[in-house]
Amino acid sequence: MTPAARRRNQAVAMIVLVTVWVLLWGTLSWANVLGGLVVGLVVLTVFPLPPVTFAGRVHPVPLLRFALRFLRDLVVASVQIAVLALRFGHPPLGAIIAVPLRVRSDLNLTLTAEALSLVPGSLIVEVDRDAGILYVHVLGVRDRAEVERFRDGVLELEARLIAAIGSAQEQRLIREHTPSTLEGSSR
Amino acid sequence: MSVDAVLDVVAAVCLLGGALLSLAAGVALVRFPDLLSRMHAAAKPQVLGLLLVLLGCALRLRTGVDVTTLVLVGAFQLATAPVAAHMIGRAGYPHDRIRTDLLITDELAAHLDRLHADRRP
Repeated sequence: MTPAARRRNQAVAMIVLVTVWVLLWGTLSWANVLGGLVVGLVVLTVFPLPPVTFAGRVHPVPLLRFALRFLRDLVVASVQIAVLALRFGHPPLGAIIAVPLRVRSDLNLTLTAEALSLVPGSLIVEVDRDAGILYVHVLGVRDRAEVERFRDGVLELEARLIAAIGSAQEQRLIREHTPSTLEGSSR
Repeated sequence: MSVDAVLDVVAAVCLLGGALLSLAAGVALVRFPDLLSRMHAAAKPQVLGLLLVLLGCALRLRTGVDVTTLVLVGAFQLATAPVAAHMIGRAGYPHDRIRTDLLITDELAAHLDRLHADRRP
């Protein structure tokens, strides 16, 4: 990693730490900001972060679209799981599926996994970091067709995430591979 | 109706909604058949249920100091809940606490040996 990229990463980490510190105190004042800078400096020196490469940039409109869609998924899935829990009859079926992501960066792998885990009904069981594969346990599917629909849904989630925070190169990767993967997954 | 009253009603709806979701998760924890499906119930109500409860509290309290603390509670909960769920799911996966008869497909089983071999060189 170049020194400039390292400085940028540290600046982002510093901004986050100062924000958390100010939120903890609850009021925005110079004393709190300076205190946050001191604490952030100590934290970054004593616990140096592993290098997380953030190559892209934040795109506000796709980010908003990602957030709104995430909230929608959250509400829909929460209700589905609640219904599943209260329903009498057969125990709910599940499936463990492998989803190879198109962008293999650590950041994309982590954020896609987090967003998936937060939505009820899907759970990350295992991650193949080298190959960029997420193994997802999905609850409440009834047949193979629903499993495949869920797989497409994960790839769409990744595409929305990359559209929101990915670099131009990562977005090209998504565009080039979208038709083939979505066709191939219907096998 | 005054603004305060409207906010109180919205806060009450949020608190009740969050509580009901948490109740459903508790029921699911008891009724679901195996470890993986119970993990769904154990990890997820923290998300929407907790967010609704926090939102209800924020609307009721309406002071800057309290609201910033609630924002932090929500943010850290969102960041940490998936990690906890993943660690338990991963620790529990190869064991016989998981009912494979309830799985439509298992695409991990064939790769598990390779994944574990990679980790222990």
